[in-house]
Amino acid sequence: MPDTPILLREREYHQIKAVLARLRMDSSARVVFLVDKDGQEIAVQGEIGNIDTTSLASLAAGNVAATGGMAQLIGEKEFPTLSHEGEKESIHISVIGRLLLVVVFDERSTLGLVKLRSKQISQQLSALMDEVTQAEFVAADSPFAEITDEDIDSLFK
Amino acid sequence: MTFINYASREINCKIVYYGPGLCGKTTNLQHIFEATAPQARGKLISLATETDRTLFFDFMPLELGTVRGFKTRFHLYTVPGQVFYDASRKLILKGVDGVVFVADSQEERMDANVESLYNLEENLRAQGYDLMKLPYVLQLNKRDLPNVLPVPDITAELMRKQEPVVEAVASTGAGVFDTLKAVAKQVLTELRKS
Repeated sequence: MPDTPILLREREYHQIKAVLARLRMDSSARVVFLVDKDGQEIAVQGEIGNIDTTSLASLAAGNVAATGGMAQLIGEKEFPTLSHEGEKESIHISVIGRLLLVVVFDERSTLGLVKLRSKQISQQLSALMDEVTQAEFVAADSPFAEITDEDIDSLFK
Repeated sequence: MTFINYASREINCKIVYYGPGLCGKTTNLQHIFEATAPQARGKLISLATETDRTLFFDFMPLELGTVRGFKTRFHLYTVPGQVFYDASRKLILKGVDGVVFVADSQEERMDANVESLYNLEENLRAQGYDLMKLPYVLQLNKRDLPNVLPVPDITAELMRKQEPVVEAVASTGAGVFDTLKAVAKQVLTELRKS
């Protein structure tokens, strides 16, 4: 019994992208991602270049899950933010409910600015995703509602 | 948790390979990685120790093709098999859509298989899942080795429901795609039902 699928419709997707674009600009970041705690990339905005966004999403979720596990071992609920500072590129991750806001930035920005701007938009992102997850999943809406065995078999030919 | 993005017309599902230490979970992913066209898959990320034992997880995104105009992408994960990495295994099961249990067919590994399967059921329960209701495949790996148990002996111990059972030699690739197909088919069928 897997969880009910999350359906992200065009309207919400573009709203989320717009919020991420603003965050990216306000924080002078290179790339901004929204990822779900299971490692699924929801939306990305910025100079992606050669960044493997799928792997980064999965590793960010793994990172948050691992540090969350450590937090619980010392009696904390979770660590709400994580930062990794490199020589040129850095990553800041904020946990917003079941979402992770991942900001990749370089010397054009600072950790303080990224933290501040991330915090400022977290409520907005959270409200947007609530709309997405609370929308009732109607099986007929799923593109797979009428999928046939032949459709599935065709994927493996 | 399956994630359907209407804007990018993508469906993403998560499949986890579970099993005891050294049963061949990473080898399954490595074969899929090597046998798949580069445009259909992303990087194979392995968080392993210096001796190539999985420390946290292996991860590989795989695009199977398009169904009804939607790209179907499977995120394949393995868990670390060694008993003491249980905390990591629990984390990786979060949001799972389908599970492959990779059993080591060698006689001396039966106890490890049983322990790992029990651990899988327990960790799924801790995340609110029930193995009996989840898309699930049992892979009997290492069928090329001399000391393997007959298939009926293994299935008598390890089968939990009417799950597909696939014999495999992951090091040569035999049975690897049959396993993936069997679990992917169940995951997609589940989407039709949900």
